[in-house]
Amino acid sequence: MIVAQAKPIEEILEMIDKYDKILLVGCKGCVAVCAAGGEKEVQFLASAIRTARKTQGREIEIREVTLERQCDPEYVEQIRGFAGDYQAILSIACGVGVQFMAEHYREIPALPGLNTSFMGGALEQGVWSERCQGCGNCVLHLTGGICPITRCSKSLLNGPCGGSSNGKCEVDPEVDCGWQLIIERLKALGEFESRFMEIVPIKDWSTSRDGGPRKIVREDMRQ
Amino acid sequence: MDYPPNVKLIRVPCSGRVDSVHLIKAFEEGMDGVYVAGCLEGECHFLTGNLRAKKRVEYVKGVLTTLGINPERLRMYNLSAAMGSRFVEIAREMTEMIRSLGPSPVKTGAGREFPQEQEEGEEQ
Ligand code: SF4
Ligand code: SF4
Repeated sequence: MIVAQAKPIEEILEMIDKYDKILLVGCKGCVAVCAAGGEKEVQFLASAIRTARKTQGREIEIREVTLERQCDPEYVEQIRGFAGDYQAILSIACGVGVQFMAEHYREIPALPGLNTSFMGGALEQGVWSERCQGCGNCVLHLTGGICPITRCSKSLLNGPCGGSSNGKCEVDPEVDCGWQLIIERLKALGEFESRFMEIVPIKDWSTSRDGGPRKIVREDMRQ
Repeated sequence: MDYPPNVKLIRVPCSGRVDSVHLIKAFEEGMDGVYVAGCLEGECHFLTGNLRAKKRVEYVKGVLTTLGINPERLRMYNLSAAMGSRFVEIAREMTEMIRSLGPSPVKTGAGREFPQEQEEGEEQ
């Protein structure tokens, strides 16, 4: 899922300072799962904003809505009937959701209430970790199911580098060396000899961010 | 039990049922102070309800600080059902503490109760 976290409330308060009627929109997708932008977070943030405004003696009207997803026009359009009644849309979906709001409601500013951080999963309750950078050409079959792009701080395809020590990365002693993990896993799979000695050729990064904004078109699904 | 009449009780099956949303809403509604009375640590019928409540209280205290509301207005206490006199004592303690702080700025609209925390010249 896309993992995000709440922006500091001070930053949000500053962003909405000039408004007194806003629409706060959450998302029941990824950001609800990582407890940053679901229904509950909408309720909490709305209450916190109103509380802050009351201490300043300035009321603010907040309409609270949580959509199924903010990355699908079908759901984004569900607020069409009343979006125009508000001065701004504060979205607590990922950056995709905020942009979809901005694209669909051109006359109203769309503001981000979250910092979208990465694609990852939950390690335990309350702990999330990055796993994929969407490089557009997956190599997990070569690396024991551990992503070298994400887990190696330098995204090396033929690691480890000289900075790997005792299983940790030189970038941060708290961070596991991605290549140490890969090697251990390849050994466990009995693939170490065959895979590790093989040089992985230079990766074509044009499927990644180097190729500019990406788009997928599925002709079989198009209408 | 003879506890101050200004204390309004809201019963929940377990302090673990108390969510951050309930706590912040209480302040939004203009409560001068809020305390969660959970069972003694290690004695939760649902094992960790009171510990979860404690973490939420800590979290909301942080948010209150950011909003300019004195975090002392929110507290967590742990006591058992048999500790009636302790209950009265806590109710009095909270009442006195709130009297000394005065009404919540949410009601007065008087702005922050204390100045914004100074950011320690951290290099970014
Ligand atoms: S808007 Fe973002 S957070 Fe919500 S479902 Fe879509 S991708 Fe996930
Ligand atoms: S190799 Fe690319 S697609 Fe596969 S997990 Fe890593 S970043 Fe994601």
